[in-house]
Amino acid sequence: MTATATRPTAPPTSRPPRAPRVISFSQRLSRWDLKVSPYLYISPFFIMFAIVGLFPIAFTAVISFMDWDLVRNSGEFIGFDQYVWILGQAHFWTALRNTFSIFLLSSVPQLIAAVFIAAMLDRNIRAKTFWRMGVLVPFVMAPVAVALIFSNMFGDNHGLVNNVITNLGMEPIPWHKDPFWSHIAIATMVNFRWTGYNTLILLAAMQAIPRDYYEAATVDGAGPFRQFFSITLPSLKPTLIFVIITATIGGLQIFDEPRMYDQFGRGGAGQQWLTITLYLYDIGWGQWNFGRAAALAWILFLIILLIGLINLLVTRRLVRDEGRR
Amino acid sequence: MTALDTRSVTTAGGSGGSAPGSPRTRTRTRHIRGVRAGFWVYAGLGVVLIASLFPFYWSFLIGSGDSSTINDPDMSWIPGGNFLANATTVVNDPAVNFWPALWNSIYSSALIAASVVVTSTLAGWAFSKLRFPGSKPLLVFVVATMAVPMQLGVVPLYILFADLGWTGHIGAIIIPSITSAFGVFWMTQYLRQSVPDELIEAARVDGASMIRTFWTIGVVAARPAAAMLGLFTFVTAWNNFFWPFIVLDRSNPTLPVALSLLQSNHFVDFSIVLAGVLLSTIPLLLLFVFAGKQLVSGIMQGAVKG
Repeated sequence: MTATATRPTAPPTSRPPRAPRVISFSQRLSRWDLKVSPYLYISPFFIMFAIVGLFPIAFTAVISFMDWDLVRNSGEFIGFDQYVWILGQAHFWTALRNTFSIFLLSSVPQLIAAVFIAAMLDRNIRAKTFWRMGVLVPFVMAPVAVALIFSNMFGDNHGLVNNVITNLGMEPIPWHKDPFWSHIAIATMVNFRWTGYNTLILLAAMQAIPRDYYEAATVDGAGPFRQFFSITLPSLKPTLIFVIITATIGGLQIFDEPRMYDQFGRGGAGQQWLTITLYLYDIGWGQWNFGRAAALAWILFLIILLIGLINLLVTRRLVRDEGRR
Repeated sequence: MTALDTRSVTTAGGSGGSAPGSPRTRTRTRHIRGVRAGFWVYAGLGVVLIASLFPFYWSFLIGSGDSSTINDPDMSWIPGGNFLANATTVVNDPAVNFWPALWNSIYSSALIAASVVVTSTLAGWAFSKLRFPGSKPLLVFVVATMAVPMQLGVVPLYILFADLGWTGHIGAIIIPSITSAFGVFWMTQYLRQSVPDELIEAARVDGASMIRTFWTIGVVAARPAAAMLGLFTFVTAWNNFFWPFIVLDRSNPTLPVALSLLQSNHFVDFSIVLAGVLLSTIPLLLLFVFAGKQLVSGIMQGAVKG
């Protein structure tokens, strides 16, 4: 693909189609300028992408078929052995389960909350900018920082959440020991940071809904709830689908939050919150096995593609449904 | 504008949508919906606001106490007086390297943001306003690359930078981020809507060169979008952890990497960890105070698309 980007160093001498007499040097220069400039402008992106994007992807594929030797800095081809090894690991399947569990626990409540908060912001309120900035504040905090604060609040013994729970007379929750509760805690970190961001995206989509729809609905006697479910929600579909796709791509890669959930960063003593990327890091830079890490990276990519494909199919269906509204 | 944004979502995977621009839809959003919002809307938003701010307050509360604060069942909700002392411990911890980390974060994020803005504006201008063979498939290719996770490249990138002797060097985190597919796509969408084609044709007829046209029309029109993209890229780069954590070492970290070191050193004393968390967040909070408005409108205008 990058070949196309550099191709047009095309011969500036390409002869003009006719009437060469009136073509002056500056005109020829101008024509050349017209042809070459677009490629020149996009070339920085494509050249860089070739180096730091395309090359690593291809090389990851190559390494994933190798037994990589760190000392010699080269490897031996061993076919699909690394993939077979990964798929044979119980840790991999635990990590896969955890990743999906955290992803669902973070994306579903987050999107529901974002839709409702956006609906509130879409009302005729005072100090709009203030409220919008308010919901976005968590976004500027690094995931690492968010994770440190929340892992403190979700402490097993003296964490804020358990203190509140015991004060209410209930049993403290094992936030670290139990896989499900640890997923809840990690999902809460993700939700804290991303709900406001998605709220603003949905708010932008809501504001694009023609207000006459609502006026007509009011005339027809539809209340605010009916209006929300019959006008707002259906109109948000394309945006929601987009938000879901980006949340999927990001959510399946989760690393920062589980890494910082305790001081060891290995996903818990019993892999309660080991995620795929955490596992990849451990294989690559804990066990220093680059062949296996590369294979796992490709498996992760294929999973993301698969989920993306499912998303796309569902999207097509939904958008077609919506088409003739 | 926003109307176009949402529509372009559906075309994002396809041809990039030639959205026949009708900037007039924008006036519709100026409509006032119904009567002024009542008490419950403000109450709901108030709860959201408190939830957004509480963790900041909590880290200040713990970070201004001492190592026993967290274990105290009758903990006070009034911050203690130890924040400066704890912050000093963080800053002076030789294992954390706070000042180099702060400087690394500032300058790597600024460089990344600047370079993403320049390359994205150039490419966005070409994709949106210049006609050239292959432009559509190339743009689709750019969009497709957004689905590629960082994880897919880290192993070879690490090998590459280890070969160059750049592990532990801040350049190793700048180079892989100096362009952005998201940025290119965003600029393309923005410029497509905001610059009328006639303007460019007029400039060409008047004999302006391509670069002159870009400079006098494209750059001027792109300025607001460039500011938002720069801001967004800066925040993203600043918060990035996975790759810096892999390739940088303890002696020369960025702030998030330094925070992870802080945790492994002081996990028994959360007052120091959370003081460090707050300390590392202050620069971005300051940025948010001055530029948060732009970040909000940037996300609302642009992020819908890509």
